[in-house]
Amino acid sequence: MKVSITVNGKAYTKDVEPRTLLTDFVREHIGLTGTNIGCDTSQCGACTVHMDGMAVKACTVLAVQADGSDVTTIEGLASGGELHPMQNAFWNEHGLQCGYCTPGMIMSSVKLVENNPDITEDEIRHGLEGNICRCTGYQNIIRSIQAGAAAMGGGD
Amino acid sequence: MYPPKFDYHRAGSVEEALAMRKEHDGKFLAGGHSLIPVMKLRLADPGCLVDISRIDNLKGICPDGDTVKIGALTTHAMVASSGEVPEALPEAAKMIGDPMVRNRGTVGGNVAHADPASDLPTVLTALGASMQITGEDGSRSVGADDFFTDLFETVLGEDELLTGVTVPAKTAGTGTAYAKLPNPASRYAIVGAAASISVADGKCTAASVAIGGLLPATTRANAVEAALVGQEMTDANIKAAAAAIADSLGDDVMGDIHASADYRKAMAPVMIARAVKTAVGRA
Ligand SMILES: Cc1cc2nc3c(=O)[nH]c(=O)nc-3n(C[C@H](O)[C@H](O)[C@H](O)COP(=O)(O)OP(=O)(O)OC[C@H]3O[C@@H](n4cnc5c(N)ncnc54)[C@H](O)[C@@H]3O)c2cc1C
Ligand code: FES
Ligand code: FES
Repeated sequence: MKVSITVNGKAYTKDVEPRTLLTDFVREHIGLTGTNIGCDTSQCGACTVHMDGMAVKACTVLAVQADGSDVTTIEGLASGGELHPMQNAFWNEHGLQCGYCTPGMIMSSVKLVENNPDITEDEIRHGLEGNICRCTGYQNIIRSIQAGAAAMGGGD
Repeated sequence: MYPPKFDYHRAGSVEEALAMRKEHDGKFLAGGHSLIPVMKLRLADPGCLVDISRIDNLKGICPDGDTVKIGALTTHAMVASSGEVPEALPEAAKMIGDPMVRNRGTVGGNVAHADPASDLPTVLTALGASMQITGEDGSRSVGADDFFTDLFETVLGEDELLTGVTVPAKTAGTGTAYAKLPNPASRYAIVGAAASISVADGKCTAASVAIGGLLPATTRANAVEAALVGQEMTDANIKAAAAAIADSLGDDVMGDIHASADYRKAMAPVMIARAVKTAVGRA
């Protein structure tokens, strides 16, 4: 089936099997491998992307469901050669170890902060319910998101 | 992990969805947050999916006099931020999974799937909601008490579409609440309790309490309700009334690797008391 999905501002039209997942669409069909697949069972959030302005788990969305949508992946956050403030914050605050969860963490946290600019630490912790990190113990991730929120213009 | 192969059809209206389902012997796809995972695990292999997620008139929350209609395709995130429905509903919706699950999962899909660990069946049962169902031969409305029949079983026929859920509007003197003991990983309910309590002069005048997560299908806690009505809503009376759940659970309490049947039984009165107490505070 033909689907047309705009990814990071560029329109792609591809012929895919209906069972193609959005993770595979971005990774295999258009070669953007920044979106990671962790659990592949809707639990870990490593595959989080933005679809029509909302954070979604791309391993649990079919490409045919995203037909006509506007998708942003981790590759699309930076603009004009400048990292997104949340990406910089993860870098500066060392919000990662192996980095596997990081694309999903950053995509989730950008939406958490956009939807709630003055987000509290408690709200960050709750907001990360769907993102699992097996390395950091979360402490530096929380710190990064607080710094990212401040850099995005809010933060407590 | 790919789901098994299937044909895909996208419906633009309820009529089209019903016709496509019949022609292709398909299964409806809403948010896909129960169906896609079970297909990946090969627990379902429908052969054909009829995507209903773009039927726009099934999305949204619409107050209508003393009731509120919630379209089947309304997402959990939309319910979570709604001030128009009784408090227990946004409270429960906020506890579903995580933000990404709430952005995709729908009220209709949650109710039709009837996972015993789901939150909305319990809340809708306590609220006395009714389910709006449309099939080829017309529409019918079924009360939540009669809708959920067994593990993943409802009265919905394969050829019927759930179009929405109707709940009573918020009323002065009545408070509603949901309390859940979540599975720490998935957030599904190990035990969930919902209550709608009417209070006048400190005494309970009407009570509707439902319990889920530990039985194959969510169910009303009739013994607890009877023990609440007429009582002063003190902590001690609420606790004593909640204890009445013990006798009515029967032999159907489920245990698994996450929580034994005994543990769930012990937690049932705790969650019920919490829900009732919060509901009383909101009445
Ligand atoms: C990681 C994770 C955590 C979760 N945690 C929770 C939780 O804590 N609490 C909770 O309650 N739920 C939880 N869920 C389930 C979530 O709420 C699902 O979104 C919901 O159960 C199904 O809704 P859906 O729109 O995704 O339906 P789908 O997956 O699209 O469909 C589910 C089933 O319902 C049928 N169906 C869907 N819509 C209709 C309709 N309108 N008429 C007739 N049949 C229909 C489909 O044919 C299918 O059989 C979780 C899910 C995930 C992935
Ligand atoms: S890979 Fe999608 S949630 Fe884990
Ligand atoms: S940094 Fe390794 S999983 Fe989070």
